[in-house]
Amino acid sequence: MTAQIILFWLFAFLTCAGAILVAVSQNVVRMAFSLVLTLGSTAVLFLLLGADFVGATQLLVYVGGTLVLLVFGVMLTATGPFTRIKSSPADAILSGLIGVVFLFIVASTVTAVDWDGGNGVAQKIAMGTHAKAVEGGFNPTQQGNTTRPLGLSFLSLRADRDLKLGLPKELSGEINTAPVVPGMAAATPGTTLLPKTSALLSTGYLLPFEIVSVHLLVVLVGAAYLARTKRRATT
Amino acid sequence: MDTLFAANSLAEFFQALLALVGVPVSASTAYVIAVVTHVALVVGWFGLPAGLFIWAERKISARIQDRLGPTRVGGKFGWLQSLADGAKLIQKEDLVPKDADGLMFRMAPYIVVVASLAAYLALPFSDGWTAVALDTGVFLTLAVLSLEVLGVILAGYSSGSKWALFGAIRESAQMVSYEIPMALCALCPIVTAGTLNLNEVALLQSGGVWNWNILHPFNFFAFFVYFTCATASCKRAPFDLAEAESELVAGFLTEYSGFRWSLFFLAEYASMFLVSGLATVLFLGGWDDGLGILAGFKAAAPSGVGSFLANAIGMLFFLVKASVLVCVQIWVRWTLPRLRIDQVMTTCLKYLIPISCFLFAGTVAYPLVLVTMSGKTSIIGQPAGERLVQPKKAAGVSSAGATTESHLRITASGTEGGGR
Repeated sequence: MTAQIILFWLFAFLTCAGAILVAVSQNVVRMAFSLVLTLGSTAVLFLLLGADFVGATQLLVYVGGTLVLLVFGVMLTATGPFTRIKSSPADAILSGLIGVVFLFIVASTVTAVDWDGGNGVAQKIAMGTHAKAVEGGFNPTQQGNTTRPLGLSFLSLRADRDLKLGLPKELSGEINTAPVVPGMAAATPGTTLLPKTSALLSTGYLLPFEIVSVHLLVVLVGAAYLARTKRRATT
Repeated sequence: MDTLFAANSLAEFFQALLALVGVPVSASTAYVIAVVTHVALVVGWFGLPAGLFIWAERKISARIQDRLGPTRVGGKFGWLQSLADGAKLIQKEDLVPKDADGLMFRMAPYIVVVASLAAYLALPFSDGWTAVALDTGVFLTLAVLSLEVLGVILAGYSSGSKWALFGAIRESAQMVSYEIPMALCALCPIVTAGTLNLNEVALLQSGGVWNWNILHPFNFFAFFVYFTCATASCKRAPFDLAEAESELVAGFLTEYSGFRWSLFFLAEYASMFLVSGLATVLFLGGWDDGLGILAGFKAAAPSGVGSFLANAIGMLFFLVKASVLVCVQIWVRWTLPRLRIDQVMTTCLKYLIPISCFLFAGTVAYPLVLVTMSGKTSIIGQPAGERLVQPKKAAGVSSAGATTESHLRITASGTEGGGR
């Protein structure tokens, strides 16, 4: 047990404890501050993983920004009937069921993914025998290479389908080595470029992503409508 | 002995030291010792300057108001006054009002203290003298600084008092607004330097006052906007609306007494020093003396005792610069009257945010325009690129050594990033 493992479990526990407190607590303000615990501990987990930038962003955006606004809103509205939220037993059972189903989905997803090609490397890292994991074929500098495919797919380019990135050669099909931009030098064989036949801008997540943004816009317009100053018709 | 001073980190230093003494320890034990030392240093630094600046504030405010200030405790100048204040505060009863939310009321001071303490993590006091050397130092510092407001809101809400709640609401509105121009202005020197690593930002300014970011035309104005916003983020007058004693009794501090109240007080002075230190690193050359003497000295003695001494002297320069900025904050507090809350918000939203957006855009465009006009990226001092790439040519400016070092470091981290 290295210090890092102890810290990981400590903050993983705090993350879960905060999340449970949000659900269990009846006081709105205490719920908001339990969320601080959860989001702050998540940031520490990112820092422990060596993702400084993500951790700092988590702190700045969620804890420093969103939560301050949330608490601000809660303080302004938490009067009278809204201060304490008591849920009925039916609510508790229903939400518990949904929670269990969600936990099942997450757990099955996590266990279904072959994180390291069957080398058991992730398990070795989790057990703290990182040196052995490196021996077993784990290359720390090449991990975390999912960012580019994810970002590209939000721009409607699927790295696995449109760009044939990150796939074994036999799966990726014919690679087009002709220049993409006219006048640009042709790429050497072996580099990944746009394939000849695939339909571009079709298979990514651009449309769902934009729909979510429009949804947010609707929410903002609705909030502005609800919060507008109510003037009398006569004046 | 030289192995001690060649150590790259405190852990290596302790390992070498204990090996010299005859008690060899493993790397992980040395790491634990180094962590404890860092924590002790940061916590010590949390208390010491607070004590000094509280005394300084009393003396300076007294002089501004044509009084003498503390004169009895600790000799002629009353410089033990903070210690006497502390002793008095610890003796007070720890009160929790009947209407307060007990747990959250007790927790609030600790959130404030932890936030302003954790912000010291990435602040370099001298070349490499930082608790955690992070590539995203500025970003993390600004992020942690923004957490302090949560403690204030918590304190105001859980006190069960209207004055405290008003103070907390004002504070949260003010903090959320002033964070934006503050971060934008902190970005200006970052764009000029091209790195988020505070240590590298300061190294890029070493070698002379002409290399400091404050002589960059846009960073010059960004410094003043940053300092204004920093004053506001520390809840200092003229932005101390959260504890405006003429309107709100004492704002969010109304129900606090004794030790918990003094924790808020300590955190205020600690974050005053922190934002001043950040301004020093970003705009005022960090630990550079401004004449190139220290950089030349470090060039002559790149490692060993000489380099250690140069770093120690550099830290003194850093502390003096940051302390002067803290004294300016004190001076401003006792000179300017408090703004009204609407004036505070107008200042930020209608003036500071547009100004800082303009400064940021200007900082980005400035080198491009200069390059097209004159072929250089700066008028005064060396262009940052030259400071990195051709340090030998600029040996006459006597900044060669330090910049070579920084050049090596930056290229090393650059290739690492490229490899990924």
